[in-house]
Amino acid sequence: MATKASRIAARAMISPSVLLLLGWMAIPLGMTIYFSLLRYNLLMPGPKPFVGLENYAFFMTNPAFTEALLNTLLLVGGVLVITIIGGILLALLLDLPLWGQGVVRIMVIAPFFVMPTVSALVWKNMFLNPVNGLFGYAARALGLEPFDFLADAPLASLIGIVSWQWLPFATLILLTAMQSLDREQLEAAEMDGANALQRFIHITLPHLARPMTVVVLIQTIFLLSIFAEIFVTTSGGPGNASTNLTYLIYKESLLSFDVGAGSAGGVIAVILANIVAIFLMRMIGRNLDR
Amino acid sequence: MARAVSTPRKIANTAVGWTIGLLIFFPILWIAVLSFKSEGDAIRAPLEVLSSAWTFESYGLVQSRSDYFGHFWNSVIISLGSTVLGLLVAVPAAWAMAFVPGRRTKDVLLWMLSTKMLPPVGVLLPIYLICQQLGLLDTRVALVVVMMMVNLPIIVWMLYTYFREIPADILEAARMDGAGLREEVLFVLLPMAVPGIASTMLLNIILAWNEAFWTLNLTAADAAPLTAFIASYSSPEGLFYAKLSAASLMAIAPILIMGWFSQKQLVRGLTFGAVK
Repeated sequence: MATKASRIAARAMISPSVLLLLGWMAIPLGMTIYFSLLRYNLLMPGPKPFVGLENYAFFMTNPAFTEALLNTLLLVGGVLVITIIGGILLALLLDLPLWGQGVVRIMVIAPFFVMPTVSALVWKNMFLNPVNGLFGYAARALGLEPFDFLADAPLASLIGIVSWQWLPFATLILLTAMQSLDREQLEAAEMDGANALQRFIHITLPHLARPMTVVVLIQTIFLLSIFAEIFVTTSGGPGNASTNLTYLIYKESLLSFDVGAGSAGGVIAVILANIVAIFLMRMIGRNLDR
Repeated sequence: MARAVSTPRKIANTAVGWTIGLLIFFPILWIAVLSFKSEGDAIRAPLEVLSSAWTFESYGLVQSRSDYFGHFWNSVIISLGSTVLGLLVAVPAAWAMAFVPGRRTKDVLLWMLSTKMLPPVGVLLPIYLICQQLGLLDTRVALVVVMMMVNLPIIVWMLYTYFREIPADILEAARMDGAGLREEVLFVLLPMAVPGIASTMLLNIILAWNEAFWTLNLTAADAAPLTAFIASYSSPEGLFYAKLSAASLMAIAPILIMGWFSQKQLVRGLTFGAVK
């Protein structure tokens, strides 16, 4: 089929992309690994001696590291639980016959297109602010003491904000998958006397298993790198209460200018992300064969 | 789908659907309202906000105090520039992989995808230092290049899934009729590929427009796109709710409109073809 000439042409057409991505990945990653082995602080000019794994020891024995790791897990886990459960419910709802379905779907999907800095600042000021935020007004209207969300429950607040942004993604994918479900199967089950819950558990849910896995994996990749939302709301505080691994590395790198420790943190983040990536890649790879 | 639904059922569905839809959409609706209020009115109790006078003044203030359109223009250049550059590199690659697949095509595709899994913070310092050395910090050039690299895997993948759906027989037929590579691409492939390329472009403009890790870390003032400009409201002085609302609404409006047109492509692009 493909001639030798077309193979050579094909290779020539693919190589720019490959070379660019190779450069983008290999060079900076190599530099990160190299920096992570040096005592290298931008504020201290002079020699940058080789220190082996000292930066890793420094970064990982820092109490902030354990806290950031835990916060990262809570942030990713919390958002995943909320978006998956909420996404299934919303997809079921949007799949029902209702007037103005298109408009409702547009409203539900809209938050995904709001840039992270806007959604975080809008939630921070217009809703969560105890003095001028809507939740504060609501609390006072009910005779309650307004709650200072970002000071007293910073991580939970961030989970809420990020969930609002990612709920549309889960909904959209689960809805797309739900609409490819064979309706006759559902109708047959209904005629055999299966109630709505039984139909959902035995037919719809198994059908959604694969898209749900895809949602979990892809969201995890993005959620591990949450940055802007923290940057504009809590700056990781109070203390390190809302610092995730990405933000800790940023603080170490561009606020303390400790290139060595920041790079060691970067390598750790890459390793963690790769653990998730392996599962995702396997799934997508299997899909390619079909 | 043809199943008949009783009217009361449908009314109930509609009521629940609209209530939940409006709740989720409410924050966007609310900034739209606040953007047309004066600063003093924007921080009043919700019902008083609604009954206060409407005004355009915040839109004017946002522009005069902070050169809003300068940042808007940066966003346009960065998202459009990186997408177009990315397409120039990715279209030939995706074309070749879809129509002349080799033994290693699948591996190359998966490897490209794996670069997308690299957490940006893992390469923050090298990229930052390289930009610093080259004098590219806070320039649009740096962001166009970085954004192109960040989205290149998604562009290649999306194009690949679209191109793969073009029947290869058509190319065979064109070749039989004596079409060369150039004719093949220009007259056969391109017309069939345009919708896929357009969808890819749309999604990537959206992704680049909203990207906020690299824009926050590599820009300060001059090259700051809207993501970074809006972040400057995190340490404001005085009353700013109406201005923040106006700036936010203008920043998200173009992308909201584009996003609504690209729902289907979003699923395909962000799941790398795993869900269609």
